[in-house]
Amino acid sequence: MTTPLLEVESLSVSYGKVEAVHGVSIRAGEGRIVSVIGPNGAGKTTLLGAIMGLLPSRGTIRYLGEPLAGASVEERVGRGLVLVPEKRELFASMTVGDNLALGAFARRRDGEAATRRSLDEVYGRFPRLAERRDQLAGTLSGGERQMLALGRALMGRPKLLMLDEPSLGLAPLIVREIFSIIVGLRAAGVSILLIEQNARAALQVSDDGYVLETGELVLSGPSAELAADPKVAATYLGQGAGH
Amino acid sequence: MSGGSWTRYAFVAFVAVLVAVPAVAPAFWVTLGNYIGLYSIVALGLVLLTGVAGQTSFGQAAFVGIGAYTTAWLTTSLGYTPWITLAIGLAVTAAVALALGAITLRMKGHYLPLATIAWGISLYFLFGNLDFLGGHTGLTSIPPLAIGSFELKAERALFLFVWAIALAALWATANLLDSRPGRAIRALRGGFEMAEAFGVDGARMKTVVFVYAALLACVSGWLYAHLQRFVNPTPFSINMGIEYLFMAVVGGAGSVWGAVVGATLITLLKQVLQDILPGLLGRSGNFEMIVFGVLLVVLLQRAREGVWPWIARLLPRSAPRPVPDAPPLKARHHAEHPGPLLEVRAARKAFGGLVAVNDLTFDIRAGEILGLIGPNGAGKSTTFALISGALPLTTGDVVFRGRSIGSRPPYEIARRGIGRTFQHVKLIPGMSVLDHVALGAYLRGTTGVARAALKLDRQEEARTRAEAARQIARCGLTAHTFESAGSLALGQQRIVEIARALACDPTLLLLDEPAAGLRYLEKQQLAALLRGLKAEGMTILLVEHDMDFVMGITDRLVVMDFGEKLAEGLPAEIQRNPRVREAYLGGVAE
Amino acid sequence: MDLPIVALLAQDGITNGAIYALLALALVLVFAVTRVIWVPSGEFLAYGTLTLAGLQLGKASGIAGLLAGMAVVAGAMEAWRSIGDGEARRLPARLALWTGLPLAIAAALYFIAPLQPPFFVQILLALTAVTALGPLLYRIAFQPVAEASVLVLLIVAVAVHFALVGLGLWFFGAEGSRTPPFTSASFELGGVTVSGQSVLVVATSIALIFALALFFNRTLYGRALRATAVNRVGARLAGISPGFAGTLTFTLGALMCAFCGVLIGPITTVYYDSGFLISLKGFVGAIFGGLVTYPAAAAGSLLVGVLESFSSFWASAFKEVIVFTLIIPVLLWLSLTTQHHEEDE
Repeated sequence: MTTPLLEVESLSVSYGKVEAVHGVSIRAGEGRIVSVIGPNGAGKTTLLGAIMGLLPSRGTIRYLGEPLAGASVEERVGRGLVLVPEKRELFASMTVGDNLALGAFARRRDGEAATRRSLDEVYGRFPRLAERRDQLAGTLSGGERQMLALGRALMGRPKLLMLDEPSLGLAPLIVREIFSIIVGLRAAGVSILLIEQNARAALQVSDDGYVLETGELVLSGPSAELAADPKVAATYLGQGAGH
Repeated sequence: MSGGSWTRYAFVAFVAVLVAVPAVAPAFWVTLGNYIGLYSIVALGLVLLTGVAGQTSFGQAAFVGIGAYTTAWLTTSLGYTPWITLAIGLAVTAAVALALGAITLRMKGHYLPLATIAWGISLYFLFGNLDFLGGHTGLTSIPPLAIGSFELKAERALFLFVWAIALAALWATANLLDSRPGRAIRALRGGFEMAEAFGVDGARMKTVVFVYAALLACVSGWLYAHLQRFVNPTPFSINMGIEYLFMAVVGGAGSVWGAVVGATLITLLKQVLQDILPGLLGRSGNFEMIVFGVLLVVLLQRAREGVWPWIARLLPRSAPRPVPDAPPLKARHHAEHPGPLLEVRAARKAFGGLVAVNDLTFDIRAGEILGLIGPNGAGKSTTFALISGALPLTTGDVVFRGRSIGSRPPYEIARRGIGRTFQHVKLIPGMSVLDHVALGAYLRGTTGVARAALKLDRQEEARTRAEAARQIARCGLTAHTFESAGSLALGQQRIVEIARALACDPTLLLLDEPAAGLRYLEKQQLAALLRGLKAEGMTILLVEHDMDFVMGITDRLVVMDFGEKLAEGLPAEIQRNPRVREAYLGGVAE
Repeated sequence: MDLPIVALLAQDGITNGAIYALLALALVLVFAVTRVIWVPSGEFLAYGTLTLAGLQLGKASGIAGLLAGMAVVAGAMEAWRSIGDGEARRLPARLALWTGLPLAIAAALYFIAPLQPPFFVQILLALTAVTALGPLLYRIAFQPVAEASVLVLLIVAVAVHFALVGLGLWFFGAEGSRTPPFTSASFELGGVTVSGQSVLVVATSIALIFALALFFNRTLYGRALRATAVNRVGARLAGISPGFAGTLTFTLGALMCAFCGVLIGPITTVYYDSGFLISLKGFVGAIFGGLVTYPAAAAGSLLVGVLESFSSFWASAFKEVIVFTLIIPVLLWLSLTTQHHEEDE
């Protein structure tokens, strides 16, 4: 295996005295979708926060073969490590166009023309955003907000796009749309680290999967194998031992 | 603050030093000591207001001014005796503080400090421009205080009096913090939500603290007027108001001793800087201001908690007071109620255009464990917030024991007999498990601020502590009774929350994702605890994402998806329901 | 009271109100982006006037010294950070920005001042020097506690205010100063005399406010500041660092306040400690806007100016009492119209 895009080794994250993620190691390879699934409170969002540099952590995170320690969130964004957070974190009182323009902030040195190109690409991928470019982000529907969040992240030309629960709170039809966009992004050369509750959907679209429970990795492997694993079914179907 | 023998010795030593000062120290130090005492009294109020309750005021100097000017004017112009003017001054201060508090305390944190700056300035100019208060020259020939025929004219005599009052204020404030209202005040730190869930009226409590701090400032002003024997507006300016806050912050606004340490440090530092700096720099100026400002910036960057925690770390830790058994607190009358215990009737919650809960209807029957489940984002937590009063309903109603509780404030809902836990554990850092659970029993006590400060609440306090200890034992946490709740593992923290909710003697217990983030064994223990509570007759609403956990312990389930009820029924039925399976498992390309 | 007096008072009030409005906008900007209640804004104003007054006399050593001192401290902090992060290779660039640039400004000030350059150059020098203090102050005092609560930031701001007032006394002395008027022209308008100075102040304020509106709506950096104000986490994830936003905000804020100082110089005698009271009037205006909306803050400031002007005529001793008591009904109104159930911390 060549050097993976992202290599996380024995990562631990604590809130005060309480440790939320214990010695987790994951790898995300170039051109692949890697999913991390697990129940509420398993530490999935915490894991992404640590990779992004939003939370202090122990252990090593290597990105493009280089350790990330000491790099600020903004520097990570600049190097193409981009997160779409669970809460979307849009600029609600600003227009869709402004939100997207700011997505390219870390790439401002590439010049106006490059931003223009990214913007055309995003509008091409999300025609609905183009229709609403002058609308305030806060007035969008749930699905449109998720698209805007994805679009803003893509404006930063990510090498590794990290998605935290992209299906959260969305109607099935929209979830389907979002997941097909994710698959499309892989085809366009973006590697993806996907965090999901929606286990089946996540395992269906991803190449590799990890199962996180109470801050620890309990299973990992090719997604297809995980989907067939009875233990995974047990956790997510409520058909565990004892019933 | 709490018992332990060394604290007593340290306190005795401190008092001995205080008594010795006027007898042996040079006059200069006695004067300085007097000021430190006066400042400590004001800073104490700020410890409670800023350090404990999290509200900042730059206007304490103005309250000092009200105390000083009230007595100055009444004693010089109308010939009242200082003891009556103290009472009048306190009344005036309380009225002003109440009015200001009513306006500003309901608002976000930063309006209070801004408002106090503005009205501190405005009062300063008022003092300086009212002719009957002597304008900028002030009032002179204020009579000295007198106890019987003994006049407290000499600074040395007054020293003991000032410090007696300062120590009394210290004692009262420490008592207050370790009491029923004190726990409520400490709980305000993390916002209103947690305190209000246990029956504390947050806005009212904040106002009480604000008035308490203002009254201490007023007492200090009254003493000041009779110590100086004249008043002018300068010592009540906004700069002094800022200095009082500096004292509390530098000393350590989290502890009553921080007030004394801060007042001492700032007063001495100012004295030293005023003596030394002009010599060093070769010209006169306000150099102590520069040094003050820079020191404070450095202090806040390096040690945000102030100096006292450093000192406290060097002192031996006192052993916790044991909790002796005591008769139980009054129990709620859990009368049978015909029909469902709680009815959610077409409850709806919209955030702008987003409908989070869409005309949801379901019942909770007495004695059952009802599970409210659904995938993330289904609207479970919003439903929980509508029932607990954390959010107002858009339309619809929630009825508890036949009476509407929809859109009522959380503290009223708590009074009806509903206890709750929080999805994101809400515990106050540094507060013990015992204190947290005792806070849960807030509604079962009656002690107010005055009784607590004067330590007249010991009987009720003993019963509250015993009750808290019983609930802690009921939840199997006795070994951690005196530990800081924030230092426990997440699983134990969730149990602390349940014990706290139980302490309010609820008829209905609302649990918001209690199993989230728990390990397998912890989940087993939690399940056993909930089964035990049900066996004792408790009704429980369990909002949960973890199907596995819910299946084993609930009597009935309500399943939500996209803000609506997807299904309702027995666990086994729900498990077989294809729509539920679809909602939970999701899927892309079926 | 007859019409000419009313007109005169209104003119005074509007002139002062325009300056308060600029201050209020600076305060709203700084609060929205960094959550700092910028108490020392008044010192920036006073420094603006007094530096210009000093330049008139060919003196600028105090402010040059302060700039140099802060440049050294900021450089030391950058060095410490770069070594701590293992990013020593970035140090030269950071030192050039944080130490080199302010030192160059300090040197320019120090060497050009005695040459008594033309008035316009003096204004430019004063604005540059005081503006440069803004980012330095942010870097030294606020950035290390940027994540702290609003209250901690407020106390730091008050501490900085204390230090700056003390330094102001040291640099500029206890005597107040006035700067020469930009114009002595005046003209009649419907029987009322309007001073050119007032027109200039109001026009400059309006122009500056428009320029700011353009900056915030049209440029990427302006939008980046708005984004930080709206959603800090979102801004970070888009690659806008809080340190960058804070530095830029404090630069803008310092520039606006220094500008106010230059504008107010010919109207009022400014002392080393005058800034606090003036900036608090800006605060009262800003509070009208709930510390978040710019137009309401500007309108509130105008009202404060006019109210102050008229109350100084009717009850001059109680001028400040009236202006600062005004905040109470405003807060009452705000507290009745806004819902705040939960603290924002």
